[in-house]
Amino acid sequence: MIKITNLHASIDGKEILKGLNLEVKAGEVHAIMGPNGAGKSTLASVLAGREAYEVTEGSIEFDGKDLLELDTEDRAREGLFLAFQYPIEIPGVSNVNFLRTALNEIREYKGEEQISAKDFMAMVREKSALVELDAKLASRSVNEGFSGGEKKRNEIFQMAMLEPKLAILDETDSGLDIDALRIVAKGVNTLKSSENATIVITHYQRLLDYIVPDFVHVLYDGKIVKTGTKDLALELEERGYDWIKAEVEAK
Amino acid sequence: MNEILQENKLTAFIHNLSPTSLKFPEELLQSAAISLLTNDFPTTRKEAWKYTRVGRIAAIKAPTKIENSTTPNPVTIDSNALTFVFENGEFLPQISSATIPEGISIKPLSLCDTEELSQIGKLATVEGEIFTAMNVAHANDGLFIKISDHTLLEQSIQITHIVSGENNVSNFRNYIHAGKFSKAHIIQGFFSQNAKNCFSNVVTEVVTGENAFLTIDKIQYEEMGNFHVATEEVQQEKDSTFTINTLTLNGTLVRNNLNIGVNGMNCTTNLNGIYLLKENQHVDNHTIVDHCAPNCESHELYKGVMDDSSTAVFNGKVFVRKDSQKINAFQSNANVLLSDSATINSKPELEIYADDVKCSHGSTTGQLDDEAIFYLRARGISEKSARHLMVSAFIGDVLGKIENEKVLEFTHSILKDRFDWEF
Repeated sequence: MIKITNLHASIDGKEILKGLNLEVKAGEVHAIMGPNGAGKSTLASVLAGREAYEVTEGSIEFDGKDLLELDTEDRAREGLFLAFQYPIEIPGVSNVNFLRTALNEIREYKGEEQISAKDFMAMVREKSALVELDAKLASRSVNEGFSGGEKKRNEIFQMAMLEPKLAILDETDSGLDIDALRIVAKGVNTLKSSENATIVITHYQRLLDYIVPDFVHVLYDGKIVKTGTKDLALELEERGYDWIKAEVEAK
Repeated sequence: MNEILQENKLTAFIHNLSPTSLKFPEELLQSAAISLLTNDFPTTRKEAWKYTRVGRIAAIKAPTKIENSTTPNPVTIDSNALTFVFENGEFLPQISSATIPEGISIKPLSLCDTEELSQIGKLATVEGEIFTAMNVAHANDGLFIKISDHTLLEQSIQITHIVSGENNVSNFRNYIHAGKFSKAHIIQGFFSQNAKNCFSNVVTEVVTGENAFLTIDKIQYEEMGNFHVATEEVQQEKDSTFTINTLTLNGTLVRNNLNIGVNGMNCTTNLNGIYLLKENQHVDNHTIVDHCAPNCESHELYKGVMDDSSTAVFNGKVFVRKDSQKINAFQSNANVLLSDSATINSKPELEIYADDVKCSHGSTTGQLDDEAIFYLRARGISEKSARHLMVSAFIGDVLGKIENEKVLEFTHSILKDRFDWEF
């Protein structure tokens, strides 16, 4: 699904990703954990195509295409979805209007027919129920007045509406209480299939009790330094990251 | 008395205009004539015209006779409205409403008697104001509306003015009197058809009687290459509500002078405006709300979106006179610049002489939120569509102030045609 090879990325002249390698296949769930400053959010930003980050070396192949050649909107249209860590409020732009525009632009890109208003509203009702998001919120402005939990559920609602091939969840669990966490995880798990893949970027192991990963990677100092199963996450929870740092330094 | 200036730009300009055939009060005609002889077009040295150059208007050489060829397309905003169409200042009865309902008198000034015309000129000063003076001395025609006391008008009134041809100058004059306890809605549409280098000089005097409720929706949509100066002089009597929504959507140079004198207690005044500019367009909105009586409130919200190298001016003055206590006056001007070379000059002014009032003013200028644009793009929306969504959101609240559905629909259709914005 996605193959990241030797990725180097900088911002404002400072190198954050220093040769990151990652391969995710369809049907898989990969978790990326790591201490603060390791480059987790940078990875998410680079994948989404944030122009502030400069890719100085390496390649990213997504579904057979060169991702780095594509604009942000085209990456989304090709099936890449980033659930933001801090979803922004956009007053005046309704959730519904925004999603319908997005859905139709994606369909246009793929040569498919535009969605009818009726089908769209039916879809909204179905998908908002998935994350227990009140359909009334759907007609409000994007994230305006939403609580932290509602914003994160709104991200998953959008994911449900857009049906991406690869979903990157950037610290989706940050700021969530246990109930919100369960709802978000339920949504993500329901959307999982053998055709799509998920990258879960997280600082805490807790989310991984609900969204069970096939692989856990540790991102440290701009590189993936260790890969394991979900047990690795438990080990990190118990021991912290110091032993990883020691291992890396020893090499 | 000011000395009569030698041949100057103004005298050269009005030389080509026919004197008005309307039977305005003699005193008014004389004052206008004197004003035109002792003044010239304003230069940027004059504070009120600091950012708006009128050179291109002054340079127009109007033809000796306006040739209105075939009947123009009337531009219907509300097909149910009482409609009055003018072209280059001249009334077109053949495409205007013939039947007027009870309780209202509407007729072109050219059909008014001297008693009716004696109302003209009481609010719009001609001394030192060349555009209002010119509008009197060289008036083509316009509409006289008198709504009787206690009349609740179901139908809207649509006043359409169309400029056509080249170098034509229209001096268009309107008078609106809303009687006590009356309610009415007026649409003023300014359009052009195949017009180039034309100038519309519009003066509208409005009186809202006690307890009257009057709303004016004004749409300025003359093609690029044409110029428009509009002056509204409004007088509010006590307990009245006056709302005016000014939508400036096209035209090379548009200057709006909106002056409202709130002369009675318990009045409500609403001024809303949108100006959307492209290329090298220039729009200048000068407004004055003068609170001369206590217990009133005024709300002013103007928003602008400027692209390319367009320029805009917003100068909003609010006066609260010495004994006008318990006034709530709120003014806000917000602007979004879509390009590096767009410019806005925004100057809110509050002059408060009373001490028990609540007044605020605010002016913001910014660009579209880059984070929001990125978020929308990250969902598959093109940058162009993302910007459109954001601009629509920005002007959404002002558009929300337009209560009349027909006007709103019409506005949406212009926004789709001109800017490719869907709502």
